[in-house]
Amino acid sequence: MTSEQDKDVAVPPAEGAASTAKRTDRKERPEWATGLRQLYDSVVDEDIPDQFKDLLSQLDTKN
Amino acid sequence: MGSNTRTVAEKADFKRELTEVVPHLRAFARGLCGRADMADDLVQEALLKAWAAQERFEPGTSMRAWTFVILRNAYLTDMRRNRFRGEYDEGVAERVLTAPAGQEEPLHLSDMHRALLTLPPERREALLLVGAGGFSYEEAANICGCAVGTIKSRVGRARAALNAMLADGAIPRRSTSDDAAHRAILEELDDVAAGNGVAARN
Repeated sequence: MTSEQDKDVAVPPAEGAASTAKRTDRKERPEWATGLRQLYDSVVDEDIPDQFKDLLSQLDTKN
Repeated sequence: MGSNTRTVAEKADFKRELTEVVPHLRAFARGLCGRADMADDLVQEALLKAWAAQERFEPGTSMRAWTFVILRNAYLTDMRRNRFRGEYDEGVAERVLTAPAGQEEPLHLSDMHRALLTLPPERREALLLVGAGGFSYEEAANICGCAVGTIKSRVGRARAALNAMLADGAIPRRSTSDDAAHRAILEELDDVAAGNGVAARN
């Protein structure tokens, strides 16, 4: 049932491409708007802490 | 709607996609609740829930959007238990944004973050999804389980509030967890949690 009718529902771009979608419209963007993105991107760019690697590797054995 | 049993390949795909989305979950959670350690706890919780609910994920749809709904619901639940108090992350205080030419005072990420944390939760999350996460209004509305118009209005109000705050330099002091602010946040949260936007349909 995942046909064309889903087209207009949530089909966000692949990871990483998310940034290009809405980021091109630059009509006098306030400074904080850039800051907001930097805030988000700065976390995205962090190395994933070991706790998550451990968690993810344990998932397989769990279920 | 298809069978409920996943093939080995589908399970592997799920795991891979879930892994890929972790940095985004961390970023979203950090924006929502402010403190890095709490945000990561929240992400852990969301990952476990997502894993347990993986049969409900439709392959081919957005893992990021799907897990954001789970994270958001976990956040709202925890908020109501009063675990988060909108404390901001000292860790970001060191980072300074690159100031535009001709501007004397650079905007600190910590200022940005504190200002963000003063927003009512549903406006904050709307702004995070659209302004930082790069989701469209439609996608954000799906994640929050509300109308597109509602998202637009929340983003608009959040923007106006930040514009005013940062233009005036009226950024709140370190403690955003003072009584008045906190009460206001919790009151708004009651509305949200009362069904005024919580997308429980994973």
